[in-house]
Amino acid sequence: MHIENAIGCDDVLMDEIVKDFLIESNENLDRLDQELVKLESSPSSKELLASVFRTIHTIKGSCGFLGFARLEKLAHAGENLLSRLRDGQLTLTSEITSGLLAMVDAVRHMLTAIQASGQDGPDDYAALIQHFADLQSQQSAASTQSSPAGEGPAGSPKDAGAGARPLGGAELGELADPTKIGGVLVARGQVAPEALAEALRMQEMGRKRVGEILIERGAAHPEDVLAAQKSIESRNPDAVIETVRVGVNLLDRLMNLVGELVLARNQLLQFSSMRQDAGFQAVSQRMNLIATELQEEVMKTRMQPIGNVWDKFPRTVRDLGLSFGKDVHLEMEGQDTELDRTIIEAIKDPLTHLVRNSIDHGIEQPAVRQASDKSAAGTLKLRAFHEGGQVNIEVSDDGAGLNIERIRQKALERGLISAQHASRMSDREIFNLIFLPGFSTADKVTNVSGRGVGMDVVKTNVEKIGGTVDIQSTAGKGTTVRIKIPLTLAIIPALMVAAGGERFAIPQVSLLELVRMDAGEVGKGIEMVHGSPVYRLRGRLLPLVYLNRELQIRRPASADAESSAANIVVVQADGHEFGLVVDEITDTEEIVVKPLGQQLKGITAYSGATIMGDGRVALILDILGLAQRAQVVSARDSALAEKEQQKACAKTEIASGNQTLLVVQCGGQGRMAIPLSLVARLEEFPVSAVEMTGAQEVMQYRGDIMPLLRLSRVINGETSSSPSHTDDRLQVVVYSEAGRSVGLVVDRIVDIVSEKLIVQSPAGRRGILGSSVIQKRVTDLLDVPTVVRNVLPGFADAVSAT
Amino acid sequence: MASTQQFCTFLLDGHVFGTPVPKVQEVIQHQEMTRVPLAPDVVSGLINLRGQIVSAIDLRRRLGLQDRPAGQLPMNVVVRTNDGAVSLLVDEIGDVIEVEEETLESPPETLQGFAREVVSGVYKLSGRLLLALDIDRIVDLSDLNKPKATGNFS
Repeated sequence: MHIENAIGCDDVLMDEIVKDFLIESNENLDRLDQELVKLESSPSSKELLASVFRTIHTIKGSCGFLGFARLEKLAHAGENLLSRLRDGQLTLTSEITSGLLAMVDAVRHMLTAIQASGQDGPDDYAALIQHFADLQSQQSAASTQSSPAGEGPAGSPKDAGAGARPLGGAELGELADPTKIGGVLVARGQVAPEALAEALRMQEMGRKRVGEILIERGAAHPEDVLAAQKSIESRNPDAVIETVRVGVNLLDRLMNLVGELVLARNQLLQFSSMRQDAGFQAVSQRMNLIATELQEEVMKTRMQPIGNVWDKFPRTVRDLGLSFGKDVHLEMEGQDTELDRTIIEAIKDPLTHLVRNSIDHGIEQPAVRQASDKSAAGTLKLRAFHEGGQVNIEVSDDGAGLNIERIRQKALERGLISAQHASRMSDREIFNLIFLPGFSTADKVTNVSGRGVGMDVVKTNVEKIGGTVDIQSTAGKGTTVRIKIPLTLAIIPALMVAAGGERFAIPQVSLLELVRMDAGEVGKGIEMVHGSPVYRLRGRLLPLVYLNRELQIRRPASADAESSAANIVVVQADGHEFGLVVDEITDTEEIVVKPLGQQLKGITAYSGATIMGDGRVALILDILGLAQRAQVVSARDSALAEKEQQKACAKTEIASGNQTLLVVQCGGQGRMAIPLSLVARLEEFPVSAVEMTGAQEVMQYRGDIMPLLRLSRVINGETSSSPSHTDDRLQVVVYSEAGRSVGLVVDRIVDIVSEKLIVQSPAGRRGILGSSVIQKRVTDLLDVPTVVRNVLPGFADAVSAT
Repeated sequence: MASTQQFCTFLLDGHVFGTPVPKVQEVIQHQEMTRVPLAPDVVSGLINLRGQIVSAIDLRRRLGLQDRPAGQLPMNVVVRTNDGAVSLLVDEIGDVIEVEEETLESPPETLQGFAREVVSGVYKLSGRLLLALDIDRIVDLSDLNKPKATGNFS
């Protein structure tokens, strides 16, 4: 029944109503998806069933008024099915759920069509409606109770099943019941009681609803009926918290206006502090508080709970589980965790991808799971929580876990890593290989836990918004992917520091820790290595960058480099750590990132600017840019600096009695230790770099010819090449003396340890100082100078000659 | 009847400069500025213009005039550019003057160097000369061959 005609084609009003209907229905459909999936796992829940029923009922009711006949018919069929379920005449099966979900999709299509063309599309989904009828009859045949009149619900959810019951009490009841559509209309005087009674009687006979009948008979205005229905729905105790739709542009404008207000507030405060007027001061203080609060609230309007993205996952998980024949249970934790609107948008796709991956490749088939003592149903867990100013999102499954060997093999096949490199990688490094572009492109690996179709896209997308991805996995136990993202792109937590009288913000993402040295400690705490200042932080040498020197600003006159306390902000950039020395560390603050003008874009030291609480501008430091300016990053490659660092380390070792040793493996399982102070560099060379001069293996190294010593041959007297020698890379420990270098070829670099050295057994072999227990394993201590002199007599001559 | 154009005028070291009124967003009094270390020295700093961060360019330095006497606070002429608002620091704000196109003359020979490049023309006023500035050319600092490696303070 097209009631458009009855309304008299008030197009503007109609457009508005259709628009509202579309928005409302789309929201309802999203809720339906979730509720249906929930319902499937707890089919006996009357509450859920009632809610699902109500949702479909509302859609059906609205489109009835708006004249979308096909849509109404479909919704009606679904409603019928549901009313049977509710009355216990049908039991919910997975088939029915799928059917209902298919209906939700169909309705969604129709809504899209309505939005585009104003019509509910050409498809009437007859097959689906027939399918519903079949579903009903299948079970009805088995059930003794059959009630053909169990349809035709009336205007409100509560009496929706009333059609099946004899009239009389119900009819009288609705006349006065303000929760039912008839009652509301009568109470508002929009419908005569007699007309309603008549309509209710007609409802019993036909399939139409009270409201429709009233409109058709001209007993009520369509607008009144719609309004009455709305008012009933709004009284529904289950209705969601009231919301208003506001355009994003408006929110952004509000944000800017609040910025202006804050500035005006600051000026007002300044003004009031100059006056001795107590009344004026009280008012401006109040103004101050309100403005601050307003600012916070407006910021919040941009935040959305991550649940908004997750809400569609129950459906995704169910559908994927079904199509793969896997039983997957979805758990969600921390749906309320809030993120900036733009970030929510950006992580939608990566998250969906991870969820799909977990079900496709992670969780095994039920039979496989049971064979390995797991419950048949796999669990997929989504977790979100705040940590350190960032949001962590975890997608974990209790599936088969990643297959390390397979990943390694695959990476080798694809030429992403070399064989030598592969053998030295930690499990975690190997897991992270799946994020490499091109890791899995050619053949699709399904049913193998080596996942990674498009994982590089996940990583790129997350990194685009300043986030990181990490993957952890235990074979047979499952896999967890953890995404860390900033709360918002526009507002970031930052540490405020001062240098040379100016304030700067350091984004918290780059921050590792803060170290404060009192005036007395500065002199001995900071050492010079190869002309650059370093600080010894828990045994490591941390290169230092003085912010005021780097930015060429003067320290405040009072401060003197040597006498005052030093504040070191330990930061990291691109995997390198360094200490940024500042005059003062003030506070952490949430800052709003603003871009710099074109005039200042070329300066790599800043990533933007922000406005502080007092209205003044502060620059945001770009840690990576600073590191490059200060050449901290490349400084690490300076062999000399490294060697001096090691010498400096050796000094402390003597004092503490500990020694730092490089543990290497050579000649099968033999472990050998070399004092780190004797190691100039650790290098890796391709085998092809090795050349011969006479019988001596040599290679070109830093403009010199460096002889190579195969340690396994020298010490163990092995003559045949061990397998690693045919490998593509050589591990070389470079030893230098008086400007001359020798490369000691080892099979593998095991570790660097700092231990108190107790030589337990005297040496039996040449070139070995003795043996000691290091890391609970017997390790030979190599006497490097002796070994070198024995094997290369010429080296000693050359050294003594210089 | 001759066509006329309105000019917003300002004073720099005794000279009258001007720019067409539509180019000017607003004129505000001296604002506190945040210095930008490593920036070219014509950039005096950043100001907070109602929540928007705006670079302030010292016109005296930009035009190669001598620095403003210490203690004299400059005014901000905020101009519209393709890259958003930019503030130009001037000594004093003058009137809005209506000039006749006919009185436009090419820049005098005495103007030297960069100033000659950015002065698009000269209008003869009664007893004075109005130097019209090419704002887009002024805010484009690419002629300063990038930020200076050594700043003013080292």
